[in-house]
Amino acid sequence: MAKDEFNTEFKLVGTRPNRPDGLDKVTGRARYGADMTMPGMLWGAVVRSPHAHARIKKIDASKALALEGVKAVVTRADFPTGLTGEDWNLQENSMAGDVALYDGHAVAAVAATSALLAQDAAALIEVEYELLPHVIDVDDAIKPDAPAIRPGSADHSVPEGFPPNVVRYIDYGHGDLDAGFAAADLVMEKTYLTEATHQGYIEPQACVGQLGADGKGEMWVCTQGHWFIRQMCSAVLGLEVAQLRVTASEIGGGFGGKTMVFMEPLSLALSKKAGGRPVKLVMNRAEVLRATGPTASASMDVKIGMTKDGKMTAGKAVFRMQGGAFPGAPVDSALDCAFANYDMPAVYHEGFDVLANRPKAAAYRAPGSPMAAFAVESLVDEMCRELGLDPVEVRLKNAAREGTKASYGPTYNKIGLVETLEAVKAHPNYAVPLGPNQGRGVASGFWFNYNGDTAVSMAIAEDGTAQVSVGTPDIGGSRASLAMMVGETLGVPYEHVRVNVVETGALGINEPTHGSRATFATGKAAVIATEQAIAEMCRRAAVEWDIDPDAVEWIDGAAQPAGPNAGKFPPMKIGEIAGKMSTTGGPIAGHYEGFPDGVGVSFGTHVVDVEVDPETGHTKILRYLVAQDAGRAIHPAYVEGQFQGGAVQGIGWALNEEYVYGEDGRLQNATFLDYRVPVASDLPKIDTVIVEVPNPGHPYGVRGVGETGIAPPLPAIANAVAAATGQRLRHLPMTPVKVLAAIQAGQDG
Amino acid sequence: MHYHTPATFEDAVKIAAACGGVTRFLAGGTDVLVQMRAGAVIPDDLIDLKHIPGVRDITRTPEGGWRIGIAVAGAELGAHDALCRDWPGVVEGMELVGSTQVQGRATLVGNLCNGSPAADSVPGLVAAGATVTVTGVNGSREVPVAEIPAGPGRTVLQPGEVISAISLPPRGENGGDAYLRFIPRTEMDIAVVGCAVNLRLDGDTISEARVALGAVAPTVITVQAAADAIIGTTLDDAALEALADAARAAATPISDKRGTAEFRTHVSGVMAQRVARLAYTRAKGAGK
Repeated sequence: MAKDEFNTEFKLVGTRPNRPDGLDKVTGRARYGADMTMPGMLWGAVVRSPHAHARIKKIDASKALALEGVKAVVTRADFPTGLTGEDWNLQENSMAGDVALYDGHAVAAVAATSALLAQDAAALIEVEYELLPHVIDVDDAIKPDAPAIRPGSADHSVPEGFPPNVVRYIDYGHGDLDAGFAAADLVMEKTYLTEATHQGYIEPQACVGQLGADGKGEMWVCTQGHWFIRQMCSAVLGLEVAQLRVTASEIGGGFGGKTMVFMEPLSLALSKKAGGRPVKLVMNRAEVLRATGPTASASMDVKIGMTKDGKMTAGKAVFRMQGGAFPGAPVDSALDCAFANYDMPAVYHEGFDVLANRPKAAAYRAPGSPMAAFAVESLVDEMCRELGLDPVEVRLKNAAREGTKASYGPTYNKIGLVETLEAVKAHPNYAVPLGPNQGRGVASGFWFNYNGDTAVSMAIAEDGTAQVSVGTPDIGGSRASLAMMVGETLGVPYEHVRVNVVETGALGINEPTHGSRATFATGKAAVIATEQAIAEMCRRAAVEWDIDPDAVEWIDGAAQPAGPNAGKFPPMKIGEIAGKMSTTGGPIAGHYEGFPDGVGVSFGTHVVDVEVDPETGHTKILRYLVAQDAGRAIHPAYVEGQFQGGAVQGIGWALNEEYVYGEDGRLQNATFLDYRVPVASDLPKIDTVIVEVPNPGHPYGVRGVGETGIAPPLPAIANAVAAATGQRLRHLPMTPVKVLAAIQAGQDG
Repeated sequence: MHYHTPATFEDAVKIAAACGGVTRFLAGGTDVLVQMRAGAVIPDDLIDLKHIPGVRDITRTPEGGWRIGIAVAGAELGAHDALCRDWPGVVEGMELVGSTQVQGRATLVGNLCNGSPAADSVPGLVAAGATVTVTGVNGSREVPVAEIPAGPGRTVLQPGEVISAISLPPRGENGGDAYLRFIPRTEMDIAVVGCAVNLRLDGDTISEARVALGAVAPTVITVQAAADAIIGTTLDDAALEALADAARAAATPISDKRGTAEFRTHVSGVMAQRVARLAYTRAKGAGK
């Protein structure tokens, strides 16, 4: 497969054509989740708990049902019982049972003939609550006397006698930790805190669901993965999976947050109760922030040993994370990422997944990695300053390379961390002189990348153009990169390949566009499928030429005899073969079903310059550089876009984004006014360097690129703020309030 | 909900006086419509003032001041060169409200009547000594802008009263005004602290000054001690220090999700100094 070993001359790979979905998107023709309407459609609205933790004593919907035009009300009583494990979690999160577990938890839903009427009806549904003690902060939630949120929900990993909200416990490592710390000249141990942040996608969750009494249903939904939606809705509602057909709309961002169900099962439950009429549900921004997956908040202790010349001798990470009122904080992947950048003789990891009265966490771009990077890369920087060492040189000295045993177990294949460090050293940004109140920060980051269940079908049309049917919704330009890889393989122009994201009825199961897998896994699958079609076209030419199929090769979009011994025939172009396929054996197609192996991990290194206003604590990003290993950039513009997008989300996480709860456990900033993602004027142009250390496991050398970029910004900015102010901020976000307080106190914050 | 489109302010107040339930006047709608969409305020009667003749006009008064219609949008203020020359601080405060799209609708009077202590256009109006014409069923009266806010979300306007115009005094010679706010981002935010300074110079010396602070008390406040700290000075370091101290002493902020009381108090002084410098520079420029 490793085409790279012998070919780096490409016609399409590495070019920057317009995206195939671009015209529809800039003209407003693209159909997003909320754009679908159907004949006879009803509108839904959801009643949500205003309390962080409360027993539901009574739900009275009689006034709502008395309104003309109200067609159905559902509560948990309308859902099947007896679910277990994650199926139960998803059902419980979709609709509260006996107890509302967080501010925003759904307790009832209504369908009516208009959106306004549905909202009016929702306001008339009376819910009687009995307030229960709540806990929000992870360090409070892990205390032995914290309010027990779901007794009995701990899994087998949790030893007897642990605090009641610890539901998963992890500990592992390798090497002699004590010997490692003993060999160090400097051992430092610090605690770092990060707050929960939301994926902040532009498009709120939206769907239209239809479910008949016969158990057959359909859904149109904004999602990263419609097979996941199908499976999860079926589990929550007790349906036969194949009876539900799910179509993914265009998607206005997901970042991991649209890989599971939130209100989607409610539209189906309402539809069934309303006699099978389709029901549309569209969240508003407050619902998105209160009730869809943010990421976890984290409290992390890190200890590292370093010799005075910068060799890292041992590392220990103890992470506590809350992922809401359900198990699933990404403490495992956070620990795996913690020391992944480094070749260290001894590492130890310990993790606690803790329940709190907050919404169920969902994946968010490299789940766990940004928190881990903040803790470890901040501490590495603190130690470099203490020892007077250059932060890039220390990272180079300890960098993981091909053959290094990773901190989380496996041995690295070809990787590009060193190349990203060399790239930032050589970049002009790294040499810009800094002025007063300015500081420079460096940090590296890591993400595993992923393969996952993948099914792809491709077919040749009568005129020699090609269609590719995939199951991974196009979030970051994957239709373009897939068309480029298929076009390259097939030897046809980019414009001759149409990539369709098809509904669940059209392919075997596909995992979502998550784990930075679309260009890697769907791309590899599409290339394999294309090679099948090519083999068939070669066979048809061979039949016509009456030579052995092995004596035919595919060059530049045509079947050709492989050398003079094979015979002397003019190339048979794809259009010619396609035009007569009905008489030469019927359709020409290829397909792939499997779990593509050969995933390549991706490292990145960021350099940021900041200026901190010493009178207000305001941090301005002056310049920002991302260098990341893409393996090979199929479409460099979209790779750069991923790098820049990750950096921007990381900047928001570092400086201003956080969930603010009141004493009552209610979320106080469920709007984009007070949940502060960066605005365009906050940002400089994000400079990028695409490092290409091809992944031998992919036909074009692709590594996933979407996720790594969000990890380094958190520590890089903290390191820059420390350089600018002399104060170390160990609690994100570094708001002006916190930075000013640290400056005024003359001590770390 | 009843939607009314009166042709005069007299008709508007008659309609308002006759309404028994929740009543809202509609001009730009950038607060009213958002509150309606959010379900926070669903009016029984919505009285649209945009159809009254003259509400979109900016006119020079015979005395040399300005009379601004209640439906003039922020973007229209910003495009009015003569007004911007006279009162740049008033205009820049209004232009900080919302986004470009919101600027096409949002109005000074709406920002004032929304009653937010953090309203960006109000400190500039207060520092400028602006007045509004309050029209009721018994006629109209002029009221200083500083007296309109009564607390967060509240004004002194009575049911059946409406603001029918806003007036700025003549700029006069050697004057300058300015507004700055502190926000965690660079735009699309709500002031954590806002400050406006309006001053006049006699040579290099400040002869008159008004200082207004936003977001550090239940209403925008006029800080006489801060003005006194710079009157009679050339805005030297000692005056700036005294100005900051006076601003901090006058601030009585709360701690909330947007900032702590300590932070707001400190930054009140920082903003006052920065705004005073800007106003001083503008006044110097105006003298040339």
